[in-house]
Amino acid sequence: MNFAFLVVKRLLSLLLVIWAASTITFFIPRLSDKNPIRERFAELARTGGFSPENLELIIASYNEKFGLDKPLWQQYVDYMLGVLRFDFGVSLNKFPSTTLQLIAEALPWTLGLLVVTTILAFLLGNLLGAIAAWPRSPTWLRSFATPFVLFQGVPPVLLGVLLLFFLAFRLKLFPLGGAYSIGRVPTWSWAFALDMAWHQVLPALALIFGSVGGWVLSMRGMGITIQGEDYVNFAEHKGLPPRMIFRNYYLRNALLPQATAFALALGTVVTSAIVTEQLFGLPGIGTLLNEAIRSNDFIVIYGVVLFITIAVATLMMIMEFIYPLIDPRIKQH
Amino acid sequence: MATIALPEPAIKQPSRLTLLLRYLRRNKSLAIGLGIILLLTLFTVYGLLTIDPKDAYPLSARPKQPPSWQYPLGTDFFGRDLYAAMVVGMWQTAMIGILAGALGTLIGVILGFVSAYFGGYVDGGIRGICSILTPIPVLLIQIVIAGSLDKRDVTIYTMALIVVLLAWMAPTLVIRSQVLSMKERQFVAVAKLSGMSDLGIIFREILPNLLPFIAAAFVTQVFGAVFASFYLAVLGLGPLREPLLGNTIWAAQTQGAFFNGWWWWPIAPAVAMVLILGSLALVIMGLDELANPRVRRTE
Repeated sequence: MNFAFLVVKRLLSLLLVIWAASTITFFIPRLSDKNPIRERFAELARTGGFSPENLELIIASYNEKFGLDKPLWQQYVDYMLGVLRFDFGVSLNKFPSTTLQLIAEALPWTLGLLVVTTILAFLLGNLLGAIAAWPRSPTWLRSFATPFVLFQGVPPVLLGVLLLFFLAFRLKLFPLGGAYSIGRVPTWSWAFALDMAWHQVLPALALIFGSVGGWVLSMRGMGITIQGEDYVNFAEHKGLPPRMIFRNYYLRNALLPQATAFALALGTVVTSAIVTEQLFGLPGIGTLLNEAIRSNDFIVIYGVVLFITIAVATLMMIMEFIYPLIDPRIKQH
Repeated sequence: MATIALPEPAIKQPSRLTLLLRYLRRNKSLAIGLGIILLLTLFTVYGLLTIDPKDAYPLSARPKQPPSWQYPLGTDFFGRDLYAAMVVGMWQTAMIGILAGALGTLIGVILGFVSAYFGGYVDGGIRGICSILTPIPVLLIQIVIAGSLDKRDVTIYTMALIVVLLAWMAPTLVIRSQVLSMKERQFVAVAKLSGMSDLGIIFREILPNLLPFIAAAFVTQVFGAVFASFYLAVLGLGPLREPLLGNTIWAAQTQGAFFNGWWWWPIAPAVAMVLILGSLALVIMGLDELANPRVRRTE
């Protein structure tokens, strides 16, 4: 009964977060007097797409189609109901495709890059941080953490620019951008997979380098705290081998709170990945968002923002349920 | 740092400056961070005194020139002198950072105090709003705000406001928890017993003791503001006319600077931004060591 209550409470707070995010994305654009559809067609008319006499008629028909002529509260209700059905509207720029379709096309790219780099950065950062705080570790091993600590706080996209310059532009080791070589046809072959992986190396390096430092720092702080604990002292006096103390008494206990930090960092990790992948021209969510910004495709912008918010909030909630399973010290209450 | 006063000082106490320098030698990250910030400030001030700010805008120089004696950092596709653009861009970045940082910290201090002082429903409400807003990736909401503004309306001041709008939760929670713990300390009880008014306790007893935390919150806010405004600008949502550092990288990337061989165009703002954010992060780390001596290095 207790557990069910907790689940309901967490689900309610997730709904509140989604409600807040979608309310913000609904009202903010409507606070400005900018009409996305008028803007879009005025631009088309400027570039000579069609005769401006019919402009008002076309705008009126589109307003009706997108429901922009209804009273505000009704638009709000429709919008919220749409969000609950994952209906984020139809793209203004790529008209027949819905926002959800565009997201579904772009998502695998972002997800692949994100999952691999986040896991690698988390493992590398926590290992280096634990080594940096462990008094027995040799100095040369400890010094590995220093460059990462110096670069913590530098967003991955900047490291991306520097990597592009040194490794791709100067040394010509890696491509300058894109998801695969120009002129290659996507097929299920080893050659194509290799080519694609080759294009992912630099963005992945940028993302890993950009986030390892943060993990090193927090893990080092955690490690220093744990060294003072009685159970570590006791294990040492008992004469356990240092390797065992490091792994079972020190690393395991320090690592668990890092999982909490991991959930909190999700939002930043996702936004960093989005900004970085559009620098490298990978066809993921970031590029979709960037194209939408450039072409004033408001519906896609808000859809992508809302989708990511919901995804991040949901992941955070799932993580919260997982903690007690991996950390016996936390009891569900 | 409070020093213990000896009854009969055998040796003359060193001056404050020596003590500060001595501390900085121990706290390396604070020293390096402050050093880089000082150099960047000197660069910007010297630059502002010697350049014509107009050179930072398009059509002021021959376009696409690599670095030379005349243009130390080269010129871009639109005919901006990149050295002038860097100087103006750094100054604007500092403006956004300090403005948004101060505003965010102020909101945080006020809300944190109100929340901790009144408790009850007020506290519950403020904490509830914070916990609902915190999981929302702030940058994305900022993208919505910046994207719905008219491009002509976006200035560096609106950038600062956009950045601050959803970035006051962290300082609020920090200050709140500090005030809560300070309320229970004995010196507050003594002040209360000696008949000091509530406002007197807040301003004369609690606030001075909170200053280190407020300073740390301020630097963290400045870092967050510079970071957020940089991301917005890199996505092409900044004030497009201004030579903000993120804007320059965005423009270079849209024009395919690396593909066309204009490598100096994105490199200058990227290096400048690495220095700014890196040094701010080091200062935050150093302040952390100052405020929580427990998180000391293991050497």
